[in-house]
Amino acid sequence: MGKHVLLIEDEPNIIEAIRFILSRDGWQVDTHSEGTTAFQRVSALAPDIVILDVMLPGRSGFDILRDIRADAALAALPVLMLTAKGQVKDREMAERMGVSRFMAKPFSNTEVLASVRDLAGG
Amino acid sequence: MPRSTLTGTRIRERRTVLGIRQADLARSVGISASYLNLIEHNRRRIGGKLLVEIARALDVEASALTEGAGAAQIEALREAAAGHKGAQDELPRIEEFAGRFPGWAQLLADRHRRVAELERTVEMLTDRLTHDPFLSASLHEVISTVTAIRSTAAILNETDDIDPDWQRRFHRNLSEESQRLADGAQALVAYLDEGAEEAGGQTTPQEEVEAFLRARHYHVAELERALPPAPERLVDGAAELSSGPARDLALAWLRRYRRDAELMPLADFAEAARALSLDPGRLAQRYGVDPGAAFRRLAALPEALAGGPIGLVTCDGSGTLTFRKPVAGFALPRFGAACPLWPLYQALSRPMAPLRAVVEHSGRAHARFLTYALCQPVLNSGFDGPQVLEAAMLILPEEVANLPQTPPQPIGTSCRICPRRDCVARREPSILADGF
Repeated sequence: MGKHVLLIEDEPNIIEAIRFILSRDGWQVDTHSEGTTAFQRVSALAPDIVILDVMLPGRSGFDILRDIRADAALAALPVLMLTAKGQVKDREMAERMGVSRFMAKPFSNTEVLASVRDLAGG
Repeated sequence: MPRSTLTGTRIRERRTVLGIRQADLARSVGISASYLNLIEHNRRRIGGKLLVEIARALDVEASALTEGAGAAQIEALREAAAGHKGAQDELPRIEEFAGRFPGWAQLLADRHRRVAELERTVEMLTDRLTHDPFLSASLHEVISTVTAIRSTAAILNETDDIDPDWQRRFHRNLSEESQRLADGAQALVAYLDEGAEEAGGQTTPQEEVEAFLRARHYHVAELERALPPAPERLVDGAAELSSGPARDLALAWLRRYRRDAELMPLADFAEAARALSLDPGRLAQRYGVDPGAAFRRLAALPEALAGGPIGLVTCDGSGTLTFRKPVAGFALPRFGAACPLWPLYQALSRPMAPLRAVVEHSGRAHARFLTYALCQPVLNSGFDGPQVLEAAMLILPEEVANLPQTPPQPIGTSCRICPRRDCVARREPSILADGF
């Protein structure tokens, strides 16, 4: 079994594409599509890396990232953040909150795969 | 005297169209050909009997030779020259320029009008791109869709040994997302087209109410009657008010309108307004109402009764604009923050202190306005409740009010679209002064 990715994203076809790319590269991929319970899912699964969308139903990716960094057990967890809002201020906010890497949509598959390998050592 | 000098050009054009030789026309009206030549080149002024005779010979009304597009063209050229040092110095020769080079003058006037149109478009689109929640959500949707398409297409293109089931799924996903992208793009185009016409595309209850009022020129004749209909009936029959919150806002507005109308009956108020030079303070005193009510009543006057358009803008304690009745030359932002130098905001910082100020707008016409501003508490919860403030600013164009001889306060619409580079209150760069 390969390393474990938790993908938190609410767009079904983006989920399907990322799941396909990572699975073929040997990653075990779990997904979650909603913001309110996302942090509990991260805690329960303790993945090797989280791919986190910003705009989620219920709760934003920024809120979830804040919870992850505030949790001693998860503080060092690599988080790759994806967003359709690629403005500088969003990137700066994510960096202040401790994101491992920030990627604006639309991204390339190669970039996502390379970032996941780089951050989680796959 | 632009009309007299341009008359020569029109005489020459008309004569040429009719195929009459200069010498023949001169002879028929009893002047020398050389003198007519000077007239046609705007070197000699013309009027009176000679003008009438030339007009008769050219089979046109004399007014057709002295009026028409020329005056509008001169005005457009004056506007184009405003603020341009070199052109300002040559303003005394503007009629000569238009007369000697009518084609170039027309080109310059047309380009000036086009620039003004484009600036208005930039203003509207910038306002929307920066602050419009619908546009922001729609662009997010489009980017998400493009992301799914790009990622899926790359998988199909770059994966040689893809399983047929996966291949079918990805093809289906591509088809779905392409349709979604097409729908989203069409919705965006329709939305922006509506916005350009300023007729539709209301995104907030406040905008629906403003569309409702705009359609009635901010004057509700039904509520001016001695026995008016219930405001609910007006709201129920209004096509512009599609949402419940908009109908609630409109209802509150109409009820206040009716109270104002009862305290300040239309015919009597219109007469008093003219007699008191549209001064809301003296009108408030006369009717025993607060100045805010006089502001609203003045803004609700039909232009024919007020002597011209009257604008009104209100804001709450946060500075958010809660009501907008614009006048030409004083644009009010549709979304986001306005110019911090507006007297409206100075009044907000000094509750209950009346403020009267002359302002000069940064728009192309550099129009001047007399403004009255006042901030008052709204005691919805009585004296023990939280202090809620409402500020209002009445906007009287120069042609409506007698402006005091005081230096005007330079203002704009909002920083993003204001060309005043050296403004002390600037909070962000201007795309008109500094580009994108």
